[in-house]
Amino acid sequence: MKFLHYVEKISGVDIYGLASLLIFVVFFTGMLTWVFKTKKKTFSEISRIPLDN
Amino acid sequence: MQESTPGMQVEKFYYDNKIVKAFGYATIIFGLVGMLAGLWAAIQIYYPAISLNLPATTFGRLRPLHTNAIIFAFVGNASFAGIYYSLQRLCKARMFSDKLSWVHFWGWQLIIVAAAITLPLGLTNGAEYAELIWPIDIAIALVWIIFGINMFATIIKRREKHLYVAIWFYIATWVTVALLHIVRSIELPYSATGSYSWFAGVQDALVQWWYGHNAVAFFLTTPVLGLMYYFLPKAANRPVYSYRLSIIHFWALIFIYIWAGPHHLLYTALPDWAQSLGVVFSIMLIAPSWGGMLNGLFTLRGAWDKVREDPVLKFMVVAITCYGMATFEGPLLSLKSVNAISHFTDWTIAHVHIGGLGWNGFLAFAILYYMIPKMWDTTLYSKKLATNHFWLGTIGIILYAVPMYWAGFEQSLNWKAFTPEGQLKFDFMETVNNIKGMYVTRSIGGALYLVGAILMTYNLYKTIAKGKFIANEAAEAAPILKDSTKKKEFWHRVIERKPVMMLVLSLIVVAIGGLIEIIPTFLVKSNIPTIASVKPYTPLELQGRDIYVREGCYTCHSQMIRPFRDEVARYGEYSKAGEFVYDHPFQWGSKRTGPDLAREGGKYPDSWHYNHMYDPRSMSPGSIMPQYVWLLDDKIDTSSTPAKIRAMRTLGVPYPKGYDKLANADLMKQAGSIAAGLKNDKIETAPNKEVIALIAYLQRLGKDIKAEPKTPVAETNK
Repeated sequence: MKFLHYVEKISGVDIYGLASLLIFVVFFTGMLTWVFKTKKKTFSEISRIPLDN
Repeated sequence: MQESTPGMQVEKFYYDNKIVKAFGYATIIFGLVGMLAGLWAAIQIYYPAISLNLPATTFGRLRPLHTNAIIFAFVGNASFAGIYYSLQRLCKARMFSDKLSWVHFWGWQLIIVAAAITLPLGLTNGAEYAELIWPIDIAIALVWIIFGINMFATIIKRREKHLYVAIWFYIATWVTVALLHIVRSIELPYSATGSYSWFAGVQDALVQWWYGHNAVAFFLTTPVLGLMYYFLPKAANRPVYSYRLSIIHFWALIFIYIWAGPHHLLYTALPDWAQSLGVVFSIMLIAPSWGGMLNGLFTLRGAWDKVREDPVLKFMVVAITCYGMATFEGPLLSLKSVNAISHFTDWTIAHVHIGGLGWNGFLAFAILYYMIPKMWDTTLYSKKLATNHFWLGTIGIILYAVPMYWAGFEQSLNWKAFTPEGQLKFDFMETVNNIKGMYVTRSIGGALYLVGAILMTYNLYKTIAKGKFIANEAAEAAPILKDSTKKKEFWHRVIERKPVMMLVLSLIVVAIGGLIEIIPTFLVKSNIPTIASVKPYTPLELQGRDIYVREGCYTCHSQMIRPFRDEVARYGEYSKAGEFVYDHPFQWGSKRTGPDLAREGGKYPDSWHYNHMYDPRSMSPGSIMPQYVWLLDDKIDTSSTPAKIRAMRTLGVPYPKGYDKLANADLMKQAGSIAAGLKNDKIETAPNKEVIALIAYLQRLGKDIKAEPKTPVAETNK
């Protein structure tokens, strides 16, 4: 009962695995880069939104 | 899509508090109802007579009422109250349309009332937390879309440039719940109230726990985390500890959660790869969950003196701690070695109640204690009462959870114990008797928790009485200015301000997880090994199965023998995926308050089952099963047989063409022979009674494999 055994029967299935892996690596790298590059001041401004009303 | 006006004039507008009030009241009322149903069900487990021998109030129907009321009515309404309160303030805008708000409110309450009527009537889909029948499923989808339109339109007309992280959680909640609900509700109606799941057996199980697990994730967790990110900083009057962490928390949580569902099906007939996938992602879930918990608790650094004073913060601290406990325990329970002990026992019940009573309940109480004095422009009537509520609730949780953990361990150890001679040490009844005391203590814990909630109701009532309700709360803010200096911005910065993009991305993130998990099991027929001797149910057995589903037998009995020595010794050969190919819906269950029934067929004579349904204690002294006396009197609804057979045929069950017209004749023939057999055992009954159909079904269970005892059972991939 191996995963590959089932998946390989769907034609062109390897693209799904590759695409999803790629999407996530790119997305998470991008997100983390943004998170750590953004200035602390911006975040501290946003984090005060609930307190401003 | 953003409003823009030249200049910086401040706009005056009003927050709609009336809708928050309505959802808040509904939270309190349905919370009390749901807890009462839970307490009633809990007492039935050690004192079955309190079922009153009425179908509507018997455990199998009361338990779905309890779970649905708590999840969709109590936590659902609390989330809506909190979302309508916080979303307006975070967007600095009134809700897009008051009309849509009210359609959402009344639509949701009507759904709850419909559930409160249909579930006690035994109208159910037989899938945990997705029991509601197909017309209600459609209503849920419509109301959910209305809520979504209202929410997104509000976000779009906001006056605050940034979307605060709480709103991200609301968006992810909306998208994912829509997806989960639609996929789980794919069913084929055969009457105005009845339907069969489109999926069968293993596939149905996979869809069910993909849904069930993510309902916990996206109905009981993400909206409540959103509320935490708004109300905790508000109550503590300081920003969240790390906004950076909250962003990572969000994306990691929604990405990972969606994959973890199969951990509910470890050691079952689900293919191994899907089980392993569930385990890996469940372990990974610890990281974002604890990130969120620590972010919550660290927000209170340097403010712990406030926690001593403020009931709102007290409830929040315990809620967040319980969130941390439950999300640490969840991944542990998904380890195969731990799951082998915990699954089907009361350990699961303890685990979910740490989440339910602690995380969801306490956070709901916290936001009610916060919002109501604010909206009535007053202070809380009595801090002392609220503190008493806090302690009653906390002690209630401990008195609930500790005995259930103990019961879980004891059950498991008892089930797995062998004598030195290699025999099972305890019969099932002994394992039940050993933990009855725990069930009593648990219900005391639940009762204390309920008393606390009643104190809260009184306290909030008095608060409301001394305040004056501000239906429309005035506020001022400048509209968003169009940025004339177009700077190059990082893409996430752009997403973070664009709600629709956020929606689409969230959908992609959660959809990929779901698709990878589900598609392989669906597209490829050969995924389910077929067993030649497994045949469709006879019409009588099918009717009996529907009675089994109607009475909620799955709430106490599993139909899944795991490949363990003790289970094989106790129940028979372990279950194979191919045995369930005609099971719409699957009935593997998730709890063994009673024994497994996967190989019940042929274990006892028909007369045993007849007497057992009339009074379980006459056949197994000490049994805690309720009496099902009405099954002996009520007639089988044979008028539904042709439609049921036709529906099953559409779903791919190989009944011959035109069999729907012949089915009732076969049904009566089989019923007649069972009734004749009972007569030999001195039981006089007409063959058209429901108990006959149920006996036929129970006697069929697991027999297909037994039918060919001489040849070894071979699973083939045809």
